[in-house]
Amino acid sequence: MSLLRMKSSTLRFFAQTILLLFWSAVAGWTSEPNGSSSHGTNIFAPASTPAKSIADLSVFVLAVTGIIFVVVFALLVYSVVKFRGRAIDASREPAQVYGSTQIELAWTIIPILIVVVLFLATARVIHAIQDAPEPTDAVQVTAIGHQYWWEFRYPKLGIVTANELHIPVTEPGHPTPTFLQLLSADTDHSFWVPELAGKTDLIPNHPNRMWMDPQHTGVFLGQCAQYCGTQHAKMLLRVSVDTREDFAAWVRAQQRPAVQDAGAIAGRRVFEDNACMNCHAVAGTPADGRFGPDLTHLMSRATIAAGAATNTHNNLRLWIQDPSAIKPGSLMPAMKLSDADLDAVVSYMETLR
Amino acid sequence: MSSNAITIPGNQIQSRPWVDELHQWVTTVDHKRLGILYILSALLFLTIGGVEALVIRIQLMHSHNNFVSPEVFNSMFTMHGTTMIFFVAMPVLFGFANYLVPLMIGARDMAFPRLNAFSFWLSFLGGLLLYFSFLGGSGLYGAGSAPDVGWWSYAPLGARAFSPGHSSDYWTLSLLVSGFGSIGTAINIIATIVSLRCPGMKISRMPLLVWMNLVMAGMVLIAITPLSAAQIMLLIDRYLGGHFFDTQAGGSAVLWMHFFWIFGHPEVYVLIIPCFAFMSEIIPVFSRKPIFGYPVMVAATVCIAFVSMSVWAHHMFTIGMNSYANSFFTLTTMAVGVPTGIKIFNWIGTMWGGRIQFKTPMLFSIGFLFQFLVAGLTGIMMAASPFDWQLSLSYFVVAHFHYVIVGGILFALFAAFYYWYPKMTGRMLSERLGKWHFWLFLIGFHLTFDVMHIPGVLGMPRRIYTYEPGRGWDTLNLIISIGAFIQAIAILVFVANLIISYFKGAKAGNDPWDAWTLEWSTSSPPPAYNFATVPTVSSRRPLWDLKHPEDPDSRYE
Repeated sequence: MSLLRMKSSTLRFFAQTILLLFWSAVAGWTSEPNGSSSHGTNIFAPASTPAKSIADLSVFVLAVTGIIFVVVFALLVYSVVKFRGRAIDASREPAQVYGSTQIELAWTIIPILIVVVLFLATARVIHAIQDAPEPTDAVQVTAIGHQYWWEFRYPKLGIVTANELHIPVTEPGHPTPTFLQLLSADTDHSFWVPELAGKTDLIPNHPNRMWMDPQHTGVFLGQCAQYCGTQHAKMLLRVSVDTREDFAAWVRAQQRPAVQDAGAIAGRRVFEDNACMNCHAVAGTPADGRFGPDLTHLMSRATIAAGAATNTHNNLRLWIQDPSAIKPGSLMPAMKLSDADLDAVVSYMETLR
Repeated sequence: MSSNAITIPGNQIQSRPWVDELHQWVTTVDHKRLGILYILSALLFLTIGGVEALVIRIQLMHSHNNFVSPEVFNSMFTMHGTTMIFFVAMPVLFGFANYLVPLMIGARDMAFPRLNAFSFWLSFLGGLLLYFSFLGGSGLYGAGSAPDVGWWSYAPLGARAFSPGHSSDYWTLSLLVSGFGSIGTAINIIATIVSLRCPGMKISRMPLLVWMNLVMAGMVLIAITPLSAAQIMLLIDRYLGGHFFDTQAGGSAVLWMHFFWIFGHPEVYVLIIPCFAFMSEIIPVFSRKPIFGYPVMVAATVCIAFVSMSVWAHHMFTIGMNSYANSFFTLTTMAVGVPTGIKIFNWIGTMWGGRIQFKTPMLFSIGFLFQFLVAGLTGIMMAASPFDWQLSLSYFVVAHFHYVIVGGILFALFAAFYYWYPKMTGRMLSERLGKWHFWLFLIGFHLTFDVMHIPGVLGMPRRIYTYEPGRGWDTLNLIISIGAFIQAIAILVFVANLIISYFKGAKAGNDPWDAWTLEWSTSSPPPAYNFATVPTVSSRRPLWDLKHPEDPDSRYE
């Protein structure tokens, strides 16, 4: 095993050098005009244990396949160049060779050995990620896929939110991993935040599990990876990794019922008199629909429409007026409200902090 | 080896009225004409599927593009996938098998000529049904629409609750109908090879193309059956109140995935093995050497067929199988790389020490070898299931399977077109246009599909009609789209070559490539009965024996 590891560290060095060159080229290509955004995602920039074990395995596999590529490609190029037909040979046929048992045995056995090595390395990572025990103090989240948004429930904390997952950072010596139970309310979806973990599908009648323990704070982007219907493309996902203090503060804020702002009573009436409350819940009011996202703390979220638009006054108004302007095919209907009602309900939404 | 064909004047009656000519083609049971019909129908659908791909690529050129609506985009990728697999790749390969297998084993036709015609027309009808969904998709209740559930139609998206109207019914019916056609052809190929080989054509002397088509046909029988069963179950769900895949009534979405991929993965090998067959005929002829390690090539093919039946769930690494299942399918998937590697090495072994002639068929074959190598290696990456948890459902996997299907299968097919077109039409394809076709397509291919791996690594999922700016995907997608258009231009050159050469190409003669298998012993195009007298063979390369009586192969076998 130590021999294997030594070999793999050498391979890893080569692969990392190649990858470094590769990624610097990619970074050069992909720098967008407004390149200030730190919002790229990259499976080779892991920020959590599962993503990191995967990236390490990937580098190993890339190294092995890279060496195979170089060897076979060299053989191919050599034979094409060396044995190209020349005009003087036109009348003669080359030596007719029918095969060679030794050579063929060699190129059967060597690949088998490579497969064994790759398989053992892979099986170790599969086991380490999939069979990781769940600590009793882990943060538990139930993620439910809907056409085309995410519902996040924290059963131990009594929180329901949507599209933006908040989890605590894991500090050295104080691991606080998050374990997700994955469910679906309708079609198949897939939870993919490349820098935190590999993707796992959300399948109706087939609960799945995944976990992550982010090592540093920040907002990590992802999106639904399994085609789930018309607006699969705009089923975006944001994971906010908070310090332990920030996370605790966020939990306390989310646990409170909705703000009851007397100034927004007109908007609240519009909300409750129309079909809005059939699909949306606002804790502490009669609205308890579950078909759409919970709006109790809508204004604590940076985006609306599953990440399709930033949570600004204008976007919110446009979204309520005509969801298909932002997300054609979204299941939220246009309620055809008058301008006055629209303004009132938007003001109501803006009190839901 | 007794005789070449005699050219019979009766085959060359000129100036029949075109209605008669059409009638002849529609009612034909001749394996050669049916082969050509398969190929022509595949070219038709290739054009349509190609246009769909271009629509996809225009839409994805930059972020937040509005070239088409999400509904149209979703039906485009569904139709593109379904068309290319079921109505381009399968028919064109069946077409070549139909045309070549009887000629290569010295037979006068397939074993069941009328079943052959029936199978072709079923497949073609399947394609028409699929495209009728553009008109009749929603029946009488609204404007038509094509299916938009993806070419896997994962449950429960294909259930009536999520896919109302009839568009996905047309998808189901077209696959069911063409599936029956495929089963008919597979039975026919097996029966032909088993019972119609000419005297001396022992099973160990069959050309590798025949061997590989035998294996392919066996796999079709095993792979298509679960697909047809699943389609019938889906129809029962949708119209007779069944709950096989209806998750809202306790059905299983995962069951559909298993059914689909236990078809879907062997299907990949159903498509690639006939392409291995083309390579195993073309590379030796243009290297002027016999295939290196014939018995091992046969063994590797059979081995691939067996192992590929147990790898299907590598399409399902993300669905939450337990660690033992993930490990098992990792192992089997990596294992299939071993016999595949043997083949690549044996083709290189065939070129080694040869005198390689860079005619267009050989150029495409070398392209195949290189691209199939890369496709195999990215396949190994995704076989490592944790790596696949990142790569699966991303643009990386789209790049991977297009590397297999375009870089592998389509390149092999182009090689086959340039190699056997002279046999089918009696005229050579233009080498000059052929080289334009090759280089343009090669450049376009690599621009598109090399670059396409990168957005996958950067987190871009497949099947999204648009994406957010600032993710680092814009420039890459623009390059990918440009490559797609270069490929489209190359295809136009190819089609022009097919048409121009049909009328103006150089006369081919019986054996333009100085080849060694029986189809080159008869005239080009062959007469309806193929061979005036049934040939007798005494080695794997009957025409080599004929051309080199002083040093026949039969001495070494």
